[in-house]
Amino acid sequence: MAQTDITSSERDGMGPHGTKVGLLRVLGPAHVWALGVGIVLVGEYMGWNFAVGKGGAYAALMACWFAGILYSCVAMIDSEVTSTVAAAGGQYTQAKHIVGPLMAFNVGLYLVFAYTMLEAANAITAGYLVSVVATMTGYGGALDQRPFIILVIMFLAWLNYRGVLATLTFNLVITAIAFTAIIVLFLSTSGIIGDGIMQHAALFEGHEKPYGWIGVVAAMHFGLWFYLGIEGTTQAAEEVRSPARALPFGTLAGIMTLLIAATLTWYICSGVLPWEFLGDGVNGSVAPLFDTARLSGSNALIWFLGIGTLFATLASANGCINDASRAWFALGRDKYLPAWFGAVHPQYRTPYRSIVFLVPIALIFALGAPLDQVITFSILSGLLGYTFMPLNILMFRKKWPMGTIKRGYEHPFHPVPAIVLLCLCAFTFFAVFLGYGTQLVAMIGFYIIVSLWFHFWRYRFVNRGAQFTMPWPKPQGY
Amino acid sequence: MAHYTPPVQSKLGQIIDVIVLVTLTVGALFVPLWLGMAGAAKTVASPVENPTWEALGQNAVQAAQYEALGYTPESAHDLILARFDYSFTTGALIVMIVVIVAYYALMLKFSEAEYREVISEKFSKK
Repeated sequence: MAQTDITSSERDGMGPHGTKVGLLRVLGPAHVWALGVGIVLVGEYMGWNFAVGKGGAYAALMACWFAGILYSCVAMIDSEVTSTVAAAGGQYTQAKHIVGPLMAFNVGLYLVFAYTMLEAANAITAGYLVSVVATMTGYGGALDQRPFIILVIMFLAWLNYRGVLATLTFNLVITAIAFTAIIVLFLSTSGIIGDGIMQHAALFEGHEKPYGWIGVVAAMHFGLWFYLGIEGTTQAAEEVRSPARALPFGTLAGIMTLLIAATLTWYICSGVLPWEFLGDGVNGSVAPLFDTARLSGSNALIWFLGIGTLFATLASANGCINDASRAWFALGRDKYLPAWFGAVHPQYRTPYRSIVFLVPIALIFALGAPLDQVITFSILSGLLGYTFMPLNILMFRKKWPMGTIKRGYEHPFHPVPAIVLLCLCAFTFFAVFLGYGTQLVAMIGFYIIVSLWFHFWRYRFVNRGAQFTMPWPKPQGY
Repeated sequence: MAHYTPPVQSKLGQIIDVIVLVTLTVGALFVPLWLGMAGAAKTVASPVENPTWEALGQNAVQAAQYEALGYTPESAHDLILARFDYSFTTGALIVMIVVIVAYYALMLKFSEAEYREVISEKFSKK
């Protein structure tokens, strides 16, 4: 069978649906890296420490590495499929071409809710940080965080509305600064530069595994937070100049960056903060790297990590708005949702209606729910998406075996990454069940209801053959 | 397969569809919260009266870090002693497994039926 090269850079512009005004192809590998790492790096600045609360410091380290394996599998699988399915919507578009419309609809919702909840969590953290800075600078009362939460979401939505290049260039700069802040804190507190303040042995004494091995399992729930969102690089597929090169490169460089940042973060924070304080992200340490800097005694570090935390939350929220709106836009363009959402701004060439529509959704969650619940909602949506990925790659390789279409990247050792990913997802479902079982069942109940709604009602408004937009040959077995 | 022409949805219908979806979304997170079923609440099983750092199980280094963070044994009492309850019943675990497996089975089954229509129309001769 002849190969169909859909990864050529000559396939430019808004190809898939033949619309006259498309998203602009202006991004390179560095922007893809910034989009992926920018969304996720905030996970080192806040949220991951709930894993310490669920199982203790050692449990969080094990969760960090197991989650690292899970996400390495995600990055490998995603890089192969996305370098071939180069269209906005990322995993949604993959599911539409490989598994089927209902799966695609669900995956689209996973993406929208994972990113919108993450955006809400970021805004909550930014509001908290402003209140801490106010207290540190002498403000006596309790600062109302809500105006700052609203301001963060509105400002970043406006930035996204105006254009993707400025948005992701902004992300590139502030992500680099936030990552540098972690490195500087590590060098300054570990004893490499100046006196070290690490006291792992003394702080762990008597609290090595406070919940035993069940706590190690439970910690995996929030271990995902170290990396959640790296798969968002695929959302830029329609806006990168060379998808076959930029997407695998940016995604794999991103996961390597995060593995280093996650391990350093655990080392720094667990060596300075007592585990009970570190593990309580609501009443204890909301921003652990910042809290670690506070105990360093260095004003320069406090300010740098304060800025790093703020930049990390902004970069993440910025990337989340970018990704959630692309997924919502793609759902609208295919009429899985009202087609009104599938519009591109005539001047800025951004999915402006989707961007604006998701603003109040993010605000509802940022202003109305506690941080750990918002994070759990985001993690669960992400986890459902990761469970889809091994099914996706197995079907992809079966329907279009190697050699039938040109892939921009081929991940090694297939099907080992898919099997490992599926096992780790099952493990993580159990981890979420420990302590957050009600949310788990409520969430899946939600997806079952919307699936029935889509299949029996919404799907009647969708064109059948027109959904398949890739210039691929007919899948084998059909 | 004959070419399928979808009906045109009215503006009101589109608005209703969005409202349904948003309502379900908000409900999925907030209903468990409103019903007080949003798990993960930590509790203090054995409170300590007149707490000291030693009574709270803290060595000198741990106590010093708490003090540097602005805590006293009294203010850190709940933070230090609160724990999750990981006990669960086999029935609850089975319910969770059944719900997850049923969800994916349902989705794959319906998706496959829809996908066959898509492929049939896409690759059928015009």
